[in-house]
Amino acid sequence: MAFIEASGLTKTYTPRGAGPVHALDGLELGVAQGTVTALLGPNGAGKTTAVKVFTTLIRPTAGIARIDGIDVLTQPERIRPIIGVSGQYAAVDENLTGFENLDMVGRLYHLGAVQSRIRAQELITLFDLEEAKNRPVKGFSGGMRRRIDLAGALVTRPKVLFLDEPTTGLDPRSRLGMWDIINTLVGQGTTVLLTTQYLEEADQLADSISVIDYGKVIAKGTSDELKASIGGQRVEITLVDPADSAATVEVLRRFGDSEPTTTAEGRELTVNASDAPRALQSILAELGDRGIRLFDAGMRRPTLDDVFLRLTGHSATAEAADAASAEASSASAAPAKAASAKRERTTKKERSRS
Amino acid sequence: MTPGPGTTVSHWFSDGWITTRRNLIKIKRVPDILVFTTLQPIMFVLLFTYVYAGVINIPGSSYKEFIMAGIFAQTIVFGSTYSGSAMAQDLKDGIIDRFRTLPMSPSAVLIGRTNGDLFINAVSLVVMMTTGFIVGWRIRSSFLEALGAIALLLLFAYAFSWVMAFIGMSVRSPEVINNVSFLILFPLTFVSNAFVPSATLPTPLRVFAEFNPVSALVSAVRNLFGNTPPNSPIADNWAQQNPEVAVLIGILVLLVVFVPLAIRKFASVSSR
Repeated sequence: MAFIEASGLTKTYTPRGAGPVHALDGLELGVAQGTVTALLGPNGAGKTTAVKVFTTLIRPTAGIARIDGIDVLTQPERIRPIIGVSGQYAAVDENLTGFENLDMVGRLYHLGAVQSRIRAQELITLFDLEEAKNRPVKGFSGGMRRRIDLAGALVTRPKVLFLDEPTTGLDPRSRLGMWDIINTLVGQGTTVLLTTQYLEEADQLADSISVIDYGKVIAKGTSDELKASIGGQRVEITLVDPADSAATVEVLRRFGDSEPTTTAEGRELTVNASDAPRALQSILAELGDRGIRLFDAGMRRPTLDDVFLRLTGHSATAEAADAASAEASSASAAPAKAASAKRERTTKKERSRS
Repeated sequence: MTPGPGTTVSHWFSDGWITTRRNLIKIKRVPDILVFTTLQPIMFVLLFTYVYAGVINIPGSSYKEFIMAGIFAQTIVFGSTYSGSAMAQDLKDGIIDRFRTLPMSPSAVLIGRTNGDLFINAVSLVVMMTTGFIVGWRIRSSFLEALGAIALLLLFAYAFSWVMAFIGMSVRSPEVINNVSFLILFPLTFVSNAFVPSATLPTPLRVFAEFNPVSALVSAVRNLFGNTPPNSPIADNWAQQNPEVAVLIGILVLLVVFVPLAIRKFASVSSR
């Protein structure tokens, strides 16, 4: 049985003067203990609504939600002690210091004054929050607030952690810091359900990805499985002269497995190919024979963005796309670091299994 | 690490205290609140006792004596609006979501919030009484009666804090809540016997003023401080003839209705 599970989860709002809105529309979800599942979807897909149902904040219109076999709807008071939540907007008290915020959360978990203070100090050290320890949170950066908020979610070392868009709005450096923290937590066996609109983030952090759109899971699997599901690799050609576009499309159609797509004023052309290296060789030979000059040529595997486009018929939000490209340009080295952290984690897990 | 042991009752007390402390720290860190709660009452006392005292005549008494109960009541009723704007702000900031996912008592945040108002109101009451004393206001009753007056003022404002907390969670916008508060509280405090004897008002306003709970509060406080002008006409309604009892009933009704309403509202609100 899954550790976090949802079945037929539905949440319908009826805004005044408008038809009903299905924030969740029969969501099915299962997260195994000790794994990370990402709910990946654009703004308004129902990700936050799903997290709010699991964290006892809102009641669904219909359906079942359970954590560790406990019904979230009928026994919220048994759920609250075992979960940690960190939301999209850092839920910290601006007028309290970092320490006071964490101490308050500990006391409200009924850890007692002494334990609360000890734990608050541990988290201050762990999350590198010394700077914010004795100063009111007001005036600290978004990244710092988010770290305090996440630390607040970890006060009792919960079995289950819900992270609702943990890096939305953070600068690339803070985002990487957050990824490191999340990877460390998961290494310690915490079960995590995280939501994100960043394909990259789901790719880096999650063992399993559920793609969600209009309140429903429309695909799930590992990052690799999802990418494989839309076919093999692709061949990409960039022309020097867009005037060669029509002739190139013809060549790609002959050696590729799909209808070629054209972008950037006809200079960039892409085609799917099950045997990409061979298709690339043939395409290059043919283009060479025809005297078509190339600016660039290569193979690539499909990205989650391709998956998303294919599944939903629309791209992830423009906002997410912008953020992803900003990230790619300004911190290209860093994702590799997080990816290596994930690999390390996987290796550790495999070792402990054997 | 699992949440510690303890009974529901002890949790209720400690949760209430922790959230109260949060609000007290806020008063310390955001000095505008304290400045507002001390300067504004001083301003009101001086404004009314010096600007209006010359033009408004209260037969058999001084306007200074008459007006103080009105200023006390008006100031502390306005003091209760902090709960409204603070709950709306907390909701907007998402910290209500944090609290609601913790295994804490569902009433604790509201208890802490209303206690915060109670503290602010106690401070401004002390400031007002001191200022009043300096400009010539006197308590002309027994110590116990004076304590009764103070208790009624604070209790009434406390009950009103729950009303405002409920409204704050319903309206949700910290900007709107201030306007809503003024819309409710200006008529309530000014169309009353707080600043002028209600007998002087035109009939529709007089009727409203006589049944206005703030009027009952003002009359009760005026009586208990011994500031009611001798031989002043008493309105022909039960509330004005027994203002102390009427206020207590009013306080109870507000609490019985709005404490459960606010707690229920809290258990279902969430930021977006």
